[in-house]
Amino acid sequence: MDLPSFSQLKKYRKRRDPAVAPACKMAILGDCATQHLAAAIGGYAQYVGLDMAVFDADYDQLNAQILDPASELYALEPDFVLLYPCAEKLLSVYYDTPAERRCDLAEDAYRRIASYWQTLSANTLANVLQFDFAAIDDGCFGSFALKTEDSFPFQLRKLNYLLAEGCRQNKNVFLVDIDAVQSRHGRSRFFEDKLYYMAKLPISLDLLPVVAKRTLDVVLALRGRVKKCVITDLDNTLWGGVIGDDGLDGIQLGELGSGPAFTHLQKWLKALKERGILLAVCSKNNEDAAREPFEKHPDMVLRMEDISIFVANWEDKASNIRYIQQMLNIGLDSMVFLDDSPFERDQVRQALPELTVPELPEDPALYVAYLQELNLFETASYSQEDAGRTKQYRDEAVRRELLQSSGSYEEYLAGLEMRAAAAPFDPFHYPRIAQLTQRSNQFNLRTVRYTEAQIEDLAGDDSHITRYYTLRDKLGDYGLISVVVLDRQSADTLFISEWLMSCRVLKRTMEEFIINDLVRLARGLGYARLIGEYVQTPKNAMVADIYERLGFRREAGLFVADTASFQENKTLIREETT
Amino acid sequence: MTRQEVFEKLDRIFQDEFDDGSIHVTDGTTADDIEDWDSLAHINLIVAIENTFGMKFKMNEVTGMRNVGEIADIVLERAK
Repeated sequence: MDLPSFSQLKKYRKRRDPAVAPACKMAILGDCATQHLAAAIGGYAQYVGLDMAVFDADYDQLNAQILDPASELYALEPDFVLLYPCAEKLLSVYYDTPAERRCDLAEDAYRRIASYWQTLSANTLANVLQFDFAAIDDGCFGSFALKTEDSFPFQLRKLNYLLAEGCRQNKNVFLVDIDAVQSRHGRSRFFEDKLYYMAKLPISLDLLPVVAKRTLDVVLALRGRVKKCVITDLDNTLWGGVIGDDGLDGIQLGELGSGPAFTHLQKWLKALKERGILLAVCSKNNEDAAREPFEKHPDMVLRMEDISIFVANWEDKASNIRYIQQMLNIGLDSMVFLDDSPFERDQVRQALPELTVPELPEDPALYVAYLQELNLFETASYSQEDAGRTKQYRDEAVRRELLQSSGSYEEYLAGLEMRAAAAPFDPFHYPRIAQLTQRSNQFNLRTVRYTEAQIEDLAGDDSHITRYYTLRDKLGDYGLISVVVLDRQSADTLFISEWLMSCRVLKRTMEEFIINDLVRLARGLGYARLIGEYVQTPKNAMVADIYERLGFRREAGLFVADTASFQENKTLIREETT
Repeated sequence: MTRQEVFEKLDRIFQDEFDDGSIHVTDGTTADDIEDWDSLAHINLIVAIENTFGMKFKMNEVTGMRNVGEIADIVLERAK
């Protein structure tokens, strides 16, 4: 993986003008030297186009900064607080602990860290990023350490487990797995003893860019930059050989030739699909030949039902990828394209610069390891609905066929028998609601990103009215597809402080249904006015004039609906109760 | 590798670290001569010199070096 070096990152960091207000702010607190880490993270943010200012507290200021309400940390009002208690310091504490109390090390350390999380949650709106502990085998027991509760390796593993369990309960805490970086690259590259003794620097300059990337991956996921789809080539990418030449018996899968490497890649892609990443196929092939392995080969892991869109023809790949993107209606920057041919990759990269096109190694044996190292699929949320996404897109294909056989678009919509329901935020849906706020870019009026913890707070706060919408039709269930947050702005005014909708349900008259519902809701609660605002981003142009289209009038940069005289919009969706 | 070649490479390392193409180091250059040469920059310089010359300093060399001349001595000694 090609990353800028530490010294290049240092220069990137200087590109940010400290006089300009940043898009977001991070504070870094550790019990080791963190200036280099701050330089690497600040530089990497610039490198990936995120305007983030990084504040680095002085050495070992965890307690002072977090516990003192008047500290620089709180004055900064950071969006992210990165906590880095390092394993080397923990080891030193372990040696200073009387032998009979060493079995409590992990729990004591966890309690201290969890109390930081709580204090931070109570005093800031920041998301907490928590580094886990990079493993150290101190060699006092050998492998027997893992059978010995008071050994350091045992306590360290236990602590990492406690952190993982703990951040499941604390929705605004996100682990950054630096132990994964160390285990991939090896401790001898990750840690340079001399630098730690001399400068309390626990990560080598060599690997700081990788740790910075790992950290920014989480930050970017929290800010909505996530991958949603993998488009894959077939011949020599998903199986060995060329189906058109080698035939069904000749392609390498299972135990044949390089088969195990391709089978592993397929299993990995299937696991991604099961966690909600869409898979699409884009191959230069005759369609029948391309489908045959998916339908008939006994060693294929991926089957037709795993693929949301299947494109095999002789057109150029960039056009086909564009077609897939339009069908799925997600941003090109949320898609990854896998192809073994450097020529195809270059062409696609030139035509579609926003698309992620990994430089797959020549040897298929290295495909999976290389892709895993890129950590492309970082996410800030995971909900049960993710797993059903592929089926939803396949239902969509059936709908398209139905559309073609319908006399008019309206007739088609009426034939879908759509039913929608509205409800206030409830705990069961917090994860999905938070996820939608983090991911929706196009149909999003004010693009406010919320974590699960913030969604929970909104739900319990009487100054807001929260609402989510679900939609289904005779072909399938779209699930939760729209989120609205209303602020009780004054005695006669409700303000729409957030409205977003999944692009999968565009042109279904869903937005009409929602606005009708909101106006009725406002009127029922005695509000004379419902006010909306459009905050422009590079991606939400599609909703710039939506309020006007739905019957609001423009007034002083905002959009106003008078609830008493509002003319309801025509919708083909029936209301149902949840 | 001659002492002059070592100094040419050291110049480039120092210029890069301090973002200042006018820096030229000599035997007698110390941290007092370069404003931004703090403990942070010192680590960066040490690692950059190690990477450039493909060698590692011992800890007592890093803590004991008093001027750039002594750095060059160690680099040349290691290159033998």
